[in-house]
Formats: sequence, C-alpha cells, structure tokens
Amino acid sequence: MPSPSSADVALTVTEVFKRFGGLVAVDGMSFALAENEVLGLIGPNGSGKTTMMNLISGALKPSSGRIQLYGDKISGAPANEIAQKGVARTFQIVRMLPSLTVIENVAAGGVFGHQKRWGAELHDHAHGLLRRVGLENVDDVPVTSLTYIDQKRVELARALASDPKVLLLDEWLAGLNPTELKTGIALIERLRAEGRTIIIVEHVMDAIRSLCDRCVVMNSGAKIAEGTPQEVLADSEVIRAYLGDADA
Amino acid sequence: MDIIIIGLLLGGTYALMAMGLQLQYGVARIMNLANGEILVCGAFGAIWFFTASKMSPIYALIFVVPIAFVVNWAIYQVMMLPLVKRAKNQGQLEVDSILATFGLSFIFIGILLAVFGGEFLTYSYLATPFLIFGEPYALNRIAAFLGSVALCAGLYVWLHWTRAGLTLRAIAVNPAAAGLVSINVPRASALAFALGGAVTAAGGVLLSMFLTFDASLGVIFTLKALVIVIMGGVSDVRGAILAAFILGLTETAVATLVDPGLTLAAAYVLFIAILLVRPEGLFGRRST
Amino acid sequence: MTGGEKRNLIISVLVFLVAALLPLVNNGYWLSIGVSVAMYTVLATSWTLFSGPTNYIALSTAAFFGIGMYIVAAFLDWAPYPVLVLIAGIVGALFAAVIGLATLRIAGVYFVIFTLGLAELVRQIVAWMQHVMGTSSGLYVLISMTDPILYWLLLGLSAIVFLVGWWIGRSRLGFALRIIGNDEVVAEHSGISTARAKVVLFIISSAFASLTGALVAPRWSYVEPTIAFSPFLSFQVVIMALLGGVHRLWGPLLGVIPFTLLWELISANFPAQTTLLLGVAFLLIVYFIPHGVIGLIEDMIRHRHGMLGSVVSTLQRWKSGNA
Repeated sequence: MPSPSSADVALTVTEVFKRFGGLVAVDGMSFALAENEVLGLIGPNGSGKTTMMNLISGALKPSSGRIQLYGDKISGAPANEIAQKGVARTFQIVRMLPSLTVIENVAAGGVFGHQKRWGAELHDHAHGLLRRVGLENVDDVPVTSLTYIDQKRVELARALASDPKVLLLDEWLAGLNPTELKTGIALIERLRAEGRTIIIVEHVMDAIRSLCDRCVVMNSGAKIAEGTPQEVLADSEVIRAYLGDADA
Repeated sequence: MDIIIIGLLLGGTYALMAMGLQLQYGVARIMNLANGEILVCGAFGAIWFFTASKMSPIYALIFVVPIAFVVNWAIYQVMMLPLVKRAKNQGQLEVDSILATFGLSFIFIGILLAVFGGEFLTYSYLATPFLIFGEPYALNRIAAFLGSVALCAGLYVWLHWTRAGLTLRAIAVNPAAAGLVSINVPRASALAFALGGAVTAAGGVLLSMFLTFDASLGVIFTLKALVIVIMGGVSDVRGAILAAFILGLTETAVATLVDPGLTLAAAYVLFIAILLVRPEGLFGRRST
Repeated sequence: MTGGEKRNLIISVLVFLVAALLPLVNNGYWLSIGVSVAMYTVLATSWTLFSGPTNYIALSTAAFFGIGMYIVAAFLDWAPYPVLVLIAGIVGALFAAVIGLATLRIAGVYFVIFTLGLAELVRQIVAWMQHVMGTSSGLYVLISMTDPILYWLLLGLSAIVFLVGWWIGRSRLGFALRIIGNDEVVAEHSGISTARAKVVLFIISSAFASLTGALVAPRWSYVEPTIAFSPFLSFQVVIMALLGGVHRLWGPLLGVIPFTLLWELISANFPAQTTLLLGVAFLLIVYFIPHGVIGLIEDMIRHRHGMLGSVVSTLQRWKSGNA
C-alpha cells in the first residue's frame, strides 16, 4: 500500500479512538495524508466518517490517539487553535451566518484563521473567492436569500478564506441535483488542480472516482481498506461492508 | 457532629426544592428564575396558616400544594407556551424564558410585599429539643426533614413506577423523540412545570418551620436549587439528592465555622468547584 | 470613514453638546432626571455591549455597581476621589475577568445563574468583612459634588461608552462577536476563541458598571451593603436595554429615556407597588416588543418603504461596500 514519505506528509492520524459512553465511534484509526493529495474517506452510513472529521477539526476530542499536522500535534486542541494552525472545514449540513451578508460570511473565515486579513485586503480576498466558487454580484445580499447550492459555495469560500493547509469537505456534494453535482465536482476538481490538500467525506461514488488520489474505507469506526479508488471499490471486504454479507 | 447532622437535615429539605426545579428545567425545559419566589410564597402560605389557625404547618400543604400546582400550570399555559412556540431553537427559548421568569420573579415579590409587607416573618413550631446521639436538635428541623423525605420518596416512586412518570422521564431524555412515540409533549411539559412548582412550594412550607423569611429572599433559594441541580445533573434525581446533602453540609459548616451570614458564599464555592471540575454534574455523562 | 459614518458622528457630537447644556437650563428636578438618564445610559449601553451580541443575559450590574460605590465609600480617607474612581474600574475589571474565566467557557445558562445571585453574594461578603474588621456597616461619602458636575461626569462616561462601542463595532473583536452571535460552532472553526472574546467584552461591560457606581457614590452620601448591592438595579438595566433594543449601539438610549420618566411617575404615584408594576412592565416588553423600540422603528420604516425601500437600501449597501 503506497504510504506518503514523511517529508511531504500533511496530516497523520495515529491509533485514534473515540468513545461515547459504551459506543466506540472511531476504533483505532490510522492513516496519513500527503501534501497536495485528495483523500476520500468513505464507508457506509454510521461508520464514523463524520466523527473522524470532527476529531481532526477539533469539534470533538479523541479519547486516545494522536493527530498531527505537519508533525505538530493538534489532537486535543480546541477547534479555534486547530483552525489557526491551518485546518478548515465545511459542515455536513450547511451552516450559514444568517444575519450576515454573503461577503461577510466568506470574510468570517479569513480574519481569525490560518492566514489573517483585514480591511480592504480582506474584502478583495473574499470577493475574489466568491468569484472563484462561481458567485457574482451577490456580495452584499443577505446570505439567507441564496439557494442551497449557492450557500454551499459560500461555505466552501469561507473555508478557503484562511488559505488552509488542509481542507475538510464533509459531504459537500450531498443534496445537490445532477446538474449542480457536475458543477460541484468541477469546482473541487479546480481546487485539486491548484494543489490543495483535501480530505473528502462523500457518498457520491462518481465524485470519489474522479476526484480522489486515494481512499480510506471505514466500517464500524475502523479502517477496513486503503488504496486507490479502483482498488478499494473492488475490495471484497468493502463490498461486503456496503452491501451486507449475502453478496460475499 | 453537630455540623453533620444539622447539615444532613437541611440537605434533606433542600432535596425537595431541587426536585421541583429539576422537573421544571429537566423536563419542561424552562429555566425558571422565579422558582425561589414560588418557594417563598409556599413559606408565606404556611406562616399565614399557622398564625391564623395555630395548627401544624404540615396541614398547610393541603392547600399550598394544589394552589401552587394550578398557578404554575397557568403560568406554563399562559406565559411559557407562547415562548415555546415562538422560539426557533433551544437557545432562543432559554433566553426568552430566563427573561420572562426573571420578570415574573419581581411580580411575585411585588405581590408578597403588597400582601405581607417587607418584614421578616417567622413562627415558632415544634421548637423543642430532640436528642440524637445524646445531642439536642430542634424538632422542627427533624419534622421538616422527614416531611421532605416522604415527599421525595413519593415523587421518586411516582416518576419510576407510573405511566405518567415514565412519560415525564422520556421527555427529559429527548422531547422530540417522545413526541414521535405519541406522547403529548406540551401537555406533559405543563404537568411537569405545574408539579415542579407544587413541589417547590411544598419545600417552602417545610423550610418555613425553621427558617425566617422575607419577600425578597427568593433569589437565594433559586440559586441554591440551581446549584444543586447543576451539581447533581439536570435529569438525575439521585444526583440531586446527593448534591442537596452536599450543599446542606457545606452551608452548615460555613455557617458554624465562619459566619452564619455567608450561606450564599457556600453555594457559590460549590458552584465554582463544579464548573471547574465537572461541568456535566456529579452523575451527568460527559457530553461531547 | 464613509459619508454615512461621518454624518452619524456629527449628529452624535451635536446630541452630546445639546445634552451638556441641560444644567444651564434647569438646575432642579429636570437635572436630577438628567443625572439618572445619564447613569442608566452608561449602565444599559455597556450592558448591551456584552449581552447584545452574545445573548448571555448578565444580571450582575448591581454587583459591579456596588463594588465601585463601596470602594469610594470605604477608602475615601486614604486616597483622593479620582484615584478611587480609577481603582474601582480596575477592581471591577479584575473581578469580571475572574468570573468570566470561570463561567464563560461553558453554556450560557450557567453564566446567567451565576450572575443572578452575584450582587447578594458580594453583599454578604462585604457585610461579613465589615463585621470581622469591626467597622460599622453604614459609610458616609462626604464629598461635595454638585448635580451639574455629576451630570457632566456621567455624560462624559457615556460618551466614552459610545466611543468604545463604536470602536468594537469596527474592530475584529466586533466582527468576531457578530459571528459568535450567529453560530458559535462556525466561529470556533473559523479560528475565533469564543471564550476569550466573551470574557473581554464582559470585562469592558462590567468595568463601566463599577466606574458608574464610583462616580455616583457621592450622590448617595450614605452607603450600606443593602443599598449598594440592591438587585433592583440589575433588573432596571436589563429592562431598559430590552425596551430600547439591544442590536444597535443607540438602542438602549431609546429605552433609558422613556423608562426613567415612567419610573419617576410610578415611584411618585405608586410607591408601594413599584416592584409589582416593574415586573409587569418587564413582561410586557419581553412578550410584545421583543426587539425593542428600535425594532419597532425599523419595522415601520420597512413597511412604509415596502419592496422599493429594500431595493434602495440594498443598492446603498452596495455603494458603501464598494467605496
């Protein structure tokens, strides 16, 4: 299994556990993310993917284990410190700041995070990001007036606003119709072409195939496979996890 | 030894008032800042009853509890339900209900001041010594303790062995899910709020047997009940009872060893300790 | 500075200048009302600086106000009055920092509860310390301070509050608070230390309450724990701020003026029922004017202009955004 060499490793997850009372949501996960790599984190519903994302972003603290960003331990730190060190994310269910305008929603990501901007520089940066995600002429509109996909674009722009070292996209494509899906995939493809380092949690297999360099497959909180999308999607254990024992 | 026994007696009486708040906050999800004023109303009811009739204040429970139940039920229906309906989320409801009950607490104080005046009121009932381990203790404290234990036990049995009790406990765990299994959440919440108010007022009746009250004292009892509930966990009756004993003991220790005027400081010391060490309460599961 | 901001600044300065003329016009009843208005303006506006954006209802104004008053009353023999006022502000800030660090990292409801009994707690501790040290509980504040001087001092302090509020609104801290008020999870994940932002605001807000207490101490001339730490003050400040509206810096002022006048009427005509009537007034505000007078005014403007108005205002915002 190809493992990134230590020189260009962006994120390492080592033996991470997360328990909620008696339930083990993440069960000894270990994997690494190379710089400029797009890693897919996939698995059936309830397999612990979103919990894993929450552990990386600091929304949750691991029960045990270690997560490192460029060798720097981030596990256990509060979310705001992890954000400042360079991890940004989108949320499974889109989270807007309803009383702020569109451009303020984007700017919110660029003031206190990894790269900090303010004033005219912040405004130009946020404006540029809005254009990059395909939103024009809506800068000063209330964010609540946008459609769902446009809100998702805003959230992506907000995550990009701090120039993060690692970007976490938690089911960013979920809930989009087929046309929007194409636009969405193209958008992430552009991020990939820019050489960004991304972890994607996704159910849309087309997106996984076309976007990811590598995949980590989770089931019941544990890693059951790792490799290129073609490899893992052909893996018998992965098929069993998705479809149940009858097919195996 | 004195401290321990008096502390335990006091704690037992506090447990009742904390259970009242727990029903209102844990089940009905209303942070009732007027809780202490309801307790003071109960106490004033008992004081008035004893002064007028010279009968045991225990009998005051017969009218204080139903009145408190009806009044609190009406408060929930008239004041809280509109807030529950207009709230977009739990946070909004929390802010609104805090403000509304804060205003309500001043209305209660105003009514008490108008009816009873601003004087300290007390009465002397069972102020005879009773020997425990050879030491004398005021019989009224023991009577209040026993009354509280009986009511707490009754409430506990009711919550755990009846269908209605189960309904309330289900709402405490998850109101949305309780609604899905065809529990009438607004009605059960009103019941919990009314029952909580009745229990709190009963606590006031019992406390009036050995404490002095004035109209503005409610905030102190609100605070003590809240500290107990936070310490014991919002939906855990056993936790609240244990926490009530801890508060009773701490308060008695401070009053005996330092100064009787510092009882609130004792509650605050416990409060800070809980916030710093275990914000989820003694028995609360660490939420993430 | 944009054109709109310049205009607002000029209007504000003019309002303050006109307000400063009051002692020259009337030196009796209306000046004493003016003193109350200025005092409550400082308290309600600084309360709103913290509680408005965070939605954390602070019921601790009386505690900080009383601390300020007591510092002046207790140490007047040892230090000059202006120094004591300054010390009062610093002590208030330190006390707020301790409380904020202990309570603001966790759920807002704990914070509210903590502040609910704070005035009573401080009162008990002060009474106990006086008892231990053997001093009498009542203290005389014998400084000659005329009403005009007090009025100008409070007016100056309120100008400082507005300046601080205006500065916060333009600063990163203000932006952080708006994000926190919208969604704390997003705020944390954007790199904002939500706890630190709240503590800083609570310190600023509480220090102003202590400063106010210190400034008005001479007006009371006799101070004792039950007077200085009356929980009534916290109640009045919250009610005034809510009446005016907490989402604009100027909001509380619109609550302070009518409420101070109403309060005068009530306490003159129904001295025995003040608590009851204030409780009723409080509930009326919470239920029927949840966004305050400012909310009512904004609604009215919106209705009158209808769709056209919203288009115009959007265009205006575009223009100012690009400027």
